[in-house]
Amino acid sequence: MEHKEFKVKWGMVIDIDKCTGCGACMVACQAENNIAPMQDGSDKTMTLTWMLVYELSNGKPFPDHEIAYLPRPCMQCGKPSCSTVCPVVATTKDEEGGIVSQIYPRCIGCRYCMAACPYHARYFNWYDPKWPKGLDKTLNISASPRPRGVVEKCTFCHHRFMEAKEKARYEGKDPLKLPEDAYIPACAEICPTGAIVFGDLNNPEHKVAKLAKSKYAFRLLERLGTDPQVYYYSKREWVRRLADNYLSTEKTKGE
Amino acid sequence: MIDKEWLPEGVQRCSFGKFMIWLAIWGAILLWGVYGMYLVLSKGLVTTNLNNYFGFGLWITFDLAVIALGAGAFFSGFLKYIVGIKELENIINLAVIVGFICYVGAMLVLVLDIGQPLRAWFGYWHPNVHSMLTEVIFCITCYCTVLLIEYIPIILENRKLSQNLFIRKLAHNFHIFMPLFAGVGTFLSCFHQGSLGGMYGVLFGRPFAYREGFFIWPWTFFLFVVSAIASGPAFTMLIATLMEKISGRKLVSYDVKMLMGKIAGSLLCFYIFFKILDTWYWATVTLPKMGLTFDQVFNNNAGFGKWLLWTEIGLCGVIPAILLIVPKFRRIPVLLYTAAILDCIGIVINRYVFTVQTCAAPVLPFDKWHSYTPNWVEWITSIEIIAFGVIVLSLSYRYLPLFPQERQLNKS
Repeated sequence: MEHKEFKVKWGMVIDIDKCTGCGACMVACQAENNIAPMQDGSDKTMTLTWMLVYELSNGKPFPDHEIAYLPRPCMQCGKPSCSTVCPVVATTKDEEGGIVSQIYPRCIGCRYCMAACPYHARYFNWYDPKWPKGLDKTLNISASPRPRGVVEKCTFCHHRFMEAKEKARYEGKDPLKLPEDAYIPACAEICPTGAIVFGDLNNPEHKVAKLAKSKYAFRLLERLGTDPQVYYYSKREWVRRLADNYLSTEKTKGE
Repeated sequence: MIDKEWLPEGVQRCSFGKFMIWLAIWGAILLWGVYGMYLVLSKGLVTTNLNNYFGFGLWITFDLAVIALGAGAFFSGFLKYIVGIKELENIINLAVIVGFICYVGAMLVLVLDIGQPLRAWFGYWHPNVHSMLTEVIFCITCYCTVLLIEYIPIILENRKLSQNLFIRKLAHNFHIFMPLFAGVGTFLSCFHQGSLGGMYGVLFGRPFAYREGFFIWPWTFFLFVVSAIASGPAFTMLIATLMEKISGRKLVSYDVKMLMGKIAGSLLCFYIFFKILDTWYWATVTLPKMGLTFDQVFNNNAGFGKWLLWTEIGLCGVIPAILLIVPKFRRIPVLLYTAAILDCIGIVINRYVFTVQTCAAPVLPFDKWHSYTPNWVEWITSIEIIAFGVIVLSLSYRYLPLFPQERQLNKS
């Protein structure tokens, strides 16, 4: 499938050195996107975590032991491994902004996209979504809940993008030239340390565009060729090395 | 016997009561499976042991395995009707019915496996022409229809039914057009087997499955086609032998079985040569390009050791290929059957590792290996397909003239 280029390419740069692993991004994501509380959340292979914080370790014993936290949303890959395999076009990358969509009413729940995604960013609705009495009042009217049996994933809070474009049109501005703060996903908005920076990777005025070009910026599993729109940033070499698979003879990218 | 006039002419069958007990046993298993299906369809896939790591599990392995083993139908049909190997007419009816059972079984399993079964037809309504799975959906449904068309004339040949002039003429007309359906079936099934292989080969995010290839087709596309036709005829021959053991009657001459073994053996030699080449290239070029070593994509503790690969290629690949291709070995029944069993096991292992090990092997360097064990719901719904197959085959054997050689072989 051809690799589409977009004028606007929404992306993130996540500063791992700033992330404390507090998990606020995960909570904000769940609340914003109407992810129902699980009946039993102890089995992490069954939960819905569009944004998931991984704990990384340098594997060294004390006193050299170091840890880092890596929040993992959908990478919104430039060359998605998921949308090309979907048999029913339920996930696409064809909208200006470069966000990989997920069309819930069309998904047949075959889970081929999940098998294709190396980042485990896709989740299947094993259970019927149920909100305890009272909690249903907190539902976000902009994000549609999903039924049992379909796949879902992070969409960079796409409904916020729609709202920002609508507001720009109403104000007579160009919806394709949104200012940096006009559209921000819930995770980036809530991050207490400002570790998640969001914006247009193609707009040199946006902070993400500059950060993504830093020598400390890297992406997950870059050598697979998925071309993610989510960048990470760390000055620690061991963190950057954990972002991709390397043969023992190979140098970490950027070193 | 109550059903005497429905039985094929000049053959012996067990008593009706005995047959009913046999059907009742398998019917009970089938009903247990139907209960499993009810659980899955009413409560969802949470009733299984599948999870976000193992979106594919026993069902998809079972699906791919039966599709490969059912390839005896299209390939025997191709060799009989298109290439013109006449001896295969002695086993072609069985090959068609086994293929039909395998394809219907695979379709049933797929209906269970997808999260939204009522949307299964979306594959036709919103097809993604770039997806190998779309090709799978097209081919499996079309070829299942072709197999039904091929099965109908066999049913119409029932002694009682064929007393009706219209039915007799209809069956005759079906036979006239059979080469056409054999051709269409060959095309569809070939692409189906291939696209199942392609499904895994295109997964560039999964180093265990990813393969380079020719134009848009990864090497797995071709390897799946060849491995299916290398095991399908062996499986059909084994089913015929199993039916002989159960019924206590000779059904197919040993010459025909040897011919099936020879066909499977020739193709297995061809397949295993390219499978070894493919594995070597993947281990030495493809994986290192992705930053991984051969050792890293296997893990004994998670149940995915290298022994699986050596068993698949060596014990269940090279050895049966030699046993089937050398006439001296083929002539010894125990070696012929052992080789055929190993051949089939090898192909099942191949489908298993491509389905489950692909999901189990971590790709993110900070992720870990995962293990998967199917639960009883997955097992019983798979066994249900076997029960369904036994019932269809038992009814077909009892009431239809499946084996042209049966009367001759049991004369004494």
